[in-house]
Amino acid sequence: MIKILMKVSGMRLLAENLSARRGEDLIFTDISFTLGAGESLVLTGRNGSGKSTLLRVVAGLLHPETGRVTWVSESAESGMRAAEACHYLGHRNAMKAELSVFENLSFWKEFFGDVEGSKGISPGEAAETVGLGGIIHLPFGYLSAGQQRRMAFAKLLVAYRPVWILDEPTAALDVNAESMFTALINAHLSGGGIVLAATHQPLGLGNARELKMAGFAGVAEGRW
Amino acid sequence: MTALLLRDLKLSVRAGGGALIGVLFFMTVVAVIPFGVGPDLNLLSRIGPAIVWIGALLSALLGLDRLFQTEREDGSLDLLLMQEHPLVLTVLVKCLAHWLGNGLPLVIASPLLGLFMNMDEVAIGATMLTLLVGTPALTFIGAVGAAVAVALPRGGLLVSILVLPLAIPVLIFGVSASYAAVEDPAPFMPPFLILVAITMFFAVLGPLGAALALRNAGD
Repeated sequence: MIKILMKVSGMRLLAENLSARRGEDLIFTDISFTLGAGESLVLTGRNGSGKSTLLRVVAGLLHPETGRVTWVSESAESGMRAAEACHYLGHRNAMKAELSVFENLSFWKEFFGDVEGSKGISPGEAAETVGLGGIIHLPFGYLSAGQQRRMAFAKLLVAYRPVWILDEPTAALDVNAESMFTALINAHLSGGGIVLAATHQPLGLGNARELKMAGFAGVAEGRW
Repeated sequence: MTALLLRDLKLSVRAGGGALIGVLFFMTVVAVIPFGVGPDLNLLSRIGPAIVWIGALLSALLGLDRLFQTEREDGSLDLLLMQEHPLVLTVLVKCLAHWLGNGLPLVIASPLLGLFMNMDEVAIGATMLTLLVGTPALTFIGAVGAAVAVALPRGGLLVSILVLPLAIPVLIFGVSASYAAVEDPAPFMPPFLILVAITMFFAVLGPLGAALALRNAGD
């Protein structure tokens, strides 16, 4: 099934020989992977092992020491940066505390635009999907940490991006919300999306590949 | 891009936005001068345009460090950097929004402060016009400093010091154009047009420099 999807859409996220440096030290070297439609990669490893750094490199926010990240798809022009096909959910929620949730989500919806021809859903529906439809009029700053995290996740739904880069997506979440996130991520994957996530808790993704980050000592790749 | 402009405008008037703070600081600076200088009306009207310009310059520098720092603190900067919109354009729009929220109120408040300084109508009009043309340059210059210092936790004063040398020409030509309007022999247009040129020059160079600095801030 996944193979068929890949042939249809032909989109791939390619990372070749990535290395990154923090200060003097190389945190990881020569990481390569290819992710096609419907595939996911979960990064695991102890604190400081370079999971977030790798995600930021893939998102184009850090310059890799060596290697490159490319995005291949039929509709994308050849010069397109991989970052433009990505949603990035970092530690911080990228929402303004002074604005209402609705204003935040509508701003990002408009600013992101849609790529690859698919449409995002409306801010109201997105808040509904993360189970917080009733409080969309409140200022973002009034929400609890878990609610803020959920609304930050709703941001991924208002505009379509084929690749989701998630850095500890389930921090500050209760068990219900965690399973809801897993369902949303699985829905994104079955719709032909790509997920790249760093996590400590198992996300419960169906056929996720795993990349163990070992930190300064070098990188031990998983069974794949 | 319109969305970004509207969002930044909303933020500048909501709680914690800098729009009102800038105007209040401007008023404070200019309002204490008559008390310090004394009730010499001729002296006040002679130094009036310069004082109003200095006040506007200082208050324009005041809120600049927050231009990108708030975006960085809540993670929005990462997302702004990732989009397909050219970063230069994003920075330009942020500068425009910042000027509309922080610079324009200064221009609007300046006639009132001109009265404090016993300036006549021509001098008030000239000062307001030069401020209208000159303050955008301060925002564009400041954007470079704000982008360079974006990762520093207490970059506020540093930004002001970084951009002050570049802001001095704006002050010089702004003030000399204001004086030229009231003092007869000096022509108004040459310094005014140089001020316009400075603003247009930095409208191009400022966003370019700021975008470059933000791209390489990488952390």
